[in-house]
Amino acid sequence: MNIIYLLIGCSVLLALIFLAAFFWAQRSGQHDDLYTPSIRILLDDENEPVNKK
Amino acid sequence: MAETHTLVNTLCYHCGDECQTTAYQKDDRQFCCQGCQSVYTILSGAGMCSYYHYNDHPGTTRTRVDKRFDYLSNPEVMAELLDYADERQQAITLYIPHIHCSSCLWLLEQLNRFNPGIHYSRVDFLKKQLIVRYDAGKFTLQQLVELLNDIGYEPLISLQDIIKKQNKASKGNLVQKIAVAGFCFGNVMLLSFPEYFGLSAFEQSFKYFFGWLNVLFSLPVVFYSGRGYFVSAWYNLKNKVLNIDFPLALGIAVLFLRTVVEVATNSGAGFADTLCGLVFFLLVGKFVQQKTYHHISFERDYRSFFPVAVQVIAEGREKALPLSAIQTGHRIVIRHNEIIPADAILLKGEALIDFSFVTGEAVPVNKTLGEIIYAGGRQTGEAIELEVVKAVSQSYLTQLWNNEVFTRKQDNRMKTFSDRVSKYFTIVLIAVAMISLAAWLPFDYRRGIDAFTAVLIVACPCALALSTPFTMAAALSIFDRNLFYLKNTAVVEQLARIDTLVMDKTGTITTGSKSIELNGTLGPKHRRLIYSACANSIHPLSRMICQYFGYPEKGNVTDYCEIAGEGIRATVDGHRLLVGSSKLIFGQSQGEHLTTRVHLMIDGQYLGYFGFNHQYREGLKQVAELADSYTLYLLSGDQDQERGELLAYFLDNEHLFFAQSPQQKLDRIETLQQQGRQVMMLGDGLNDSGALMQSELGVAVTDDVNNFSPGSDAILDGRSFAKIPAFLRFSKDAVNIIHCSFLISLTYNLVGLSYAVSGNLSPLVAAVLMPLSTATIISFTTLATHFMAKRRNLL
Repeated sequence: MNIIYLLIGCSVLLALIFLAAFFWAQRSGQHDDLYTPSIRILLDDENEPVNKK
Repeated sequence: MAETHTLVNTLCYHCGDECQTTAYQKDDRQFCCQGCQSVYTILSGAGMCSYYHYNDHPGTTRTRVDKRFDYLSNPEVMAELLDYADERQQAITLYIPHIHCSSCLWLLEQLNRFNPGIHYSRVDFLKKQLIVRYDAGKFTLQQLVELLNDIGYEPLISLQDIIKKQNKASKGNLVQKIAVAGFCFGNVMLLSFPEYFGLSAFEQSFKYFFGWLNVLFSLPVVFYSGRGYFVSAWYNLKNKVLNIDFPLALGIAVLFLRTVVEVATNSGAGFADTLCGLVFFLLVGKFVQQKTYHHISFERDYRSFFPVAVQVIAEGREKALPLSAIQTGHRIVIRHNEIIPADAILLKGEALIDFSFVTGEAVPVNKTLGEIIYAGGRQTGEAIELEVVKAVSQSYLTQLWNNEVFTRKQDNRMKTFSDRVSKYFTIVLIAVAMISLAAWLPFDYRRGIDAFTAVLIVACPCALALSTPFTMAAALSIFDRNLFYLKNTAVVEQLARIDTLVMDKTGTITTGSKSIELNGTLGPKHRRLIYSACANSIHPLSRMICQYFGYPEKGNVTDYCEIAGEGIRATVDGHRLLVGSSKLIFGQSQGEHLTTRVHLMIDGQYLGYFGFNHQYREGLKQVAELADSYTLYLLSGDQDQERGELLAYFLDNEHLFFAQSPQQKLDRIETLQQQGRQVMMLGDGLNDSGALMQSELGVAVTDDVNNFSPGSDAILDGRSFAKIPAFLRFSKDAVNIIHCSFLISLTYNLVGLSYAVSGNLSPLVAAVLMPLSTATIISFTTLATHFMAKRRNLL
């Protein structure tokens, strides 16, 4: 049963990594604008050549 | 057979407005104006016609007003506006009110295709902001703004941007605190499971380990996530205020201490799960409250209406100077639609000033050379030259704004229900805890201490703290959906307390400006005669009649006499003219009409009248029906021509006030407040801003939410004017829901207290009872709010 100590240690470590990942995402501004990207993704990349006159 | 030709596409391809003319066509497409056509030309020239594929008519119609962006080359102005600048790169965030659809987003993010000097452009859709980085060597700020203007997205650059305070840090890192609390909450729950279901004898060694792990996890919860509650409670205590943060901080502290003591003495499991859950839910509630962020800035003040820079004539040349540099004696040029930034004397040109900002009177006023024009007027004619007589800071508008109302701290008038209740709550809570301690102490001191801490734990007002934010957030989103934007959640409670409605007239209960309509037929000669007479008058109605005739040649006017409130009596080229009210012409006042009328009589012959229509907002009738339960007042800057019609909506003459200056409006509100009334002011222009501030609840009524004026508590879109009664009723419902949820949480607390007072509160009971009460409160408030909104037809 002493393996529990190790398992809990591992699970907490994993959770801490996720927490750190969340902190990083938050600090780098990924949650600043939650709406615009949802529109942006719907806009197509167009193929029509740029008209150079 | 002749083919009938119908114009198929009569909607402008760019903006969707109806095309009045076929003059503007390109590539078989119709445009309503030169502006829209040129935007299309620019876009098609750059191969960017996909703009039109994402939506039909995505553009906005182009105002063809000559605006100058020269001031953007001024280094001082630039330095204030730019977010970042070095020799090569510059970055700026611009506010663009016209952003409204995905086409806008697409176009604005493709700016580099117009000019390779632009490196990067990004749109924040909800905030209507555009962030642009560009090569400072190839491109300038002025070019950028002109480009945006050309494609129909003129940024709104106001003085407000220039003197913006750097108050970004206030937002805090609430999300991170929630993340930490949530992380610890989850882990503690997991580690507490064995405790809930019991550990067998040979697993008892884990108990110690789990206990200390729980303590470890509650450390960041208390000292990082929950820190705000201690700080707030401490400051409030120092200011001798008992608000809800005090019992919360007390609860958190007791939970933590008891957990540490129980784990350290190996006497129990402690309440680490309850502690983490409590802090987590509290922070979520706080977050919901903060999420009531709108895309409208409520913090604008009068400066956002003043221009950033003014054209100054020095040594025969025009030069843009920042507003702060304007001094007495400067000669300034004001063009069409520009606001006069400082009191000034008219030197050159014909001034036709719209003072609706200052006086509320919507009809432009003529000014003669040498007259002083007060700041805040908007020139509506040609360009004029003025000499500044007072610096910007001393002028009329600034004075109005410096009234003490504006400097007063705003927050203290919004006392919410939970603020008031929590004071008594805290006192009762501590009393109960003390009594149970005192009752147990003679028999069993351990039990006494257990009971004392248990009371503080169980009665911790988490439901109390949550019911308000959740109800209010739900209510706010419902108001939002109905185009009624509130500044914050406290406004809802304020709204429920209102018993007096004061309304401004122009722009608030009427829409737009008046239209003029001629009833009767006039020959060219009569037109000239009437024009000649009216041209002498500065009365707003006369000005409108003159405009209607389009300024023909003037005749010879003799015996001119203007009778205040009645009209004009004059002789023009030998003809006797009477222009004015029915009293002047028929000798008696006629019955009430829906229009203001100016009757015309030449040489004793009645020729008809001019009708001035002002459309009352749809729904004024419904609002007027509020008179049973609310007192309604009208407070207008205009003259009382419409008194008769308005009496149909308001109780009697006592409730109608005309020709009020901004200061009088403010005073009038103050008088009402001294009579113990809770006043809601509905207004629009800057002239109401004093009254809006002074009232308990200032509502700005506007047709364009991006263009509203003063720092009000709420913004109402004109289209939702008819819903005001529903809003008022719904706000009362919301407050009732809060009261109900207080009752529910009180019930939970009483059940919990009966355990606590007996000193028998087990961690399991606490762990079940506290989240359960939280969940009940959250679901009750959300469901009840939506139910009530449906009942009031707001959903």
